[in-house]
Amino acid sequence: MSDKKIRVLVAKPGLDGHDRGAKVVARGLRDAGFEVIYLGLRLTPEQIAESAIQEDADVVGLSCLSGAHMSLFPTTVKLIREKGGKDVLVVGGGIIPREDVPKLTAAGMAQLFWPGTPLDEIAKFIRANVGG
Amino acid sequence: MSEKSTERKKAFRTTVGGIEVNRVYTAAHVPDSKEERLGLPGEYPFTRHIMPTGYRGRLWTMRQYAGFGTVEETNERFKYLYQQGQTGFSVAFQLPTQEGYDSDHSLAAGEVGKCGVAIDSLQDMERLWEGIPLADVSTSMTINATAPIILAMYIAAAEKQGAEKSKLNGTVQNDILKEYIARNTYVFGPAASMRLVTDICAYCAQSLPQWNSISISGYHMREAGATAVQEAAFTLANGIAYVQAMLDRGMEVDSFAPRFSFFFAANNNVLEEVAKFRALRRIWAKIMKERFGSKNPRSMMLRYHVQTDGFTLTAQQPLNNIVRVTLQALAGVLGGCQSLHTNSFDEALALPSEQAVQVALRTQQIIAEESGAADTVDPLGGSWYVERLTDEIEKRAMGYIAEIDGMGGALKAIEKGYVQQEIANSAYDYQKAVDSEEQVIVGVNRYVTEDEYILKTLEIGAEVESKQRERLRKLRTERDNARVTQVLERVRGVARTDENVMPVMIEAARAYATLGEISDALRAVFGEYREPSIL
Repeated sequence: MSDKKIRVLVAKPGLDGHDRGAKVVARGLRDAGFEVIYLGLRLTPEQIAESAIQEDADVVGLSCLSGAHMSLFPTTVKLIREKGGKDVLVVGGGIIPREDVPKLTAAGMAQLFWPGTPLDEIAKFIRANVGG
Repeated sequence: MSEKSTERKKAFRTTVGGIEVNRVYTAAHVPDSKEERLGLPGEYPFTRHIMPTGYRGRLWTMRQYAGFGTVEETNERFKYLYQQGQTGFSVAFQLPTQEGYDSDHSLAAGEVGKCGVAIDSLQDMERLWEGIPLADVSTSMTINATAPIILAMYIAAAEKQGAEKSKLNGTVQNDILKEYIARNTYVFGPAASMRLVTDICAYCAQSLPQWNSISISGYHMREAGATAVQEAAFTLANGIAYVQAMLDRGMEVDSFAPRFSFFFAANNNVLEEVAKFRALRRIWAKIMKERFGSKNPRSMMLRYHVQTDGFTLTAQQPLNNIVRVTLQALAGVLGGCQSLHTNSFDEALALPSEQAVQVALRTQQIIAEESGAADTVDPLGGSWYVERLTDEIEKRAMGYIAEIDGMGGALKAIEKGYVQQEIANSAYDYQKAVDSEEQVIVGVNRYVTEDEYILKTLEIGAEVESKQRERLRKLRTERDNARVTQVLERVRGVARTDENVMPVMIEAARAYATLGEISDALRAVFGEYREPSIL
């Protein structure tokens, strides 16, 4: 694990255009030594899952601020698993009401990052949990 | 030891990446030509205010951006806000509506009614305004790529109410350039989009004399990370591009420019924001007079809406946001805005609850009625610091504008990714400053508490989506489908020529063609835009 850079795919599912957070996190992880693929916005869960497999991603980071996370996040996780990404660590962020967090973790998300989370904390979480 | 070491920071700046701030300002920081650069309120270059009376004549319009769920729910929220003393409406549309999809499209799954109201056809638009007389109210609509369709539906709904077109009062955002930079609800490529933007502006100039045909927006660029200077510069550069595009259509500057309006953010640094608004008025007046040769003072007046900056809201200790919004709104008022939206304190967590919306509106009313800030025009004018900041913002913004001119204008600068990269860099610098605590955010990286304040937030149920799908199904069986097919053919036909699209859009709305169908007709001719990823 130590010589191979961890591959992180950052993507925005759905129609939401607020990409400040996704871009800042993508750049922060790149500067922290990860190999980052920023897939962009307005993507379907299908497209994201497909890319995660093709790119052999270790981690998929999802961002959604439109309120559609309860439908888009679990669908994305499900499709990644169906396509063979059994160990892909899926994390997310955005405008996520607290009461939704347990439901999202139950659906297979490893972590939901609260607004205001330092970049360093996200990097640490990924290093500690990837492949595990 | 130098005296400097007694200060609590090595250097002071207005904001991250902002302007250096001196310990104290004196008359030496303000040039002798101050009087002509300022003038009196209502006089060129309008630095102090566009109206001689400021808010002593009329207060700003208190206009809260609202829209969620079905048209019935939003209609109810509108009526509530109206009863609470709001003086203008501002419609938030769901993302599928903004991006040209009907609520039953596969890409709309999970998004219906979420960050705005679902509008699929004229039928929804009629219901949205039930019991609200469109001839008597002022309505702002945040709609860009699909603006021709939504404006057409609004006009058709007003017609059904018996309202005269010439009496309609409001604003359509219709600012596509900043969508490519920041907000990302584009549909078509830049060339087709600029044609649609100018079609609306030209149509309004002729047929909707009281309507603001565009609201050139810095707000979303600020939200995406721009500094105050970048917000000012990039917005005005886009403004220049729109004026030029109208001139290129052969229109005379003073026939459309009086109906151009603007939209900016108000961030936490109150004095920098006030200076920004003053600088913006002065720069725009000069651009219109000197660069475009305008003769009508109304074309030179920068009229604008302000929204408090949503990015500054914290999910942690959300009640603190009430204080942030108060400072930001005060900056908007001291800066001389024409209308104002105040954010609700729970918006970093969810769509705002009714209680939070009420506090937000009351914040404006307290500033208006109790603070005294609205009782004299440009109360900060003549402050050495504020005048110096105003000059500095003007100088730096003009530097950016010259650079963009050098690239061939805003559209070229956007196509090169220059504007997006500048903003992305600022956003990243800001996050690093927060992570290193160089920028303190109360409740986030300092004064942190473990106590969780549990908010009762608004939830949009999944039934909204099924209800909207059912409505569409019913509409498609009940309307005259032969008429719809014909009108969509006409839409494609007009799109291929250089004829103004607005008349055929209104025809399509009247025939109950859906927003998705009309968008598809335009996609068939214009194609779709895919953005380059710029981190």
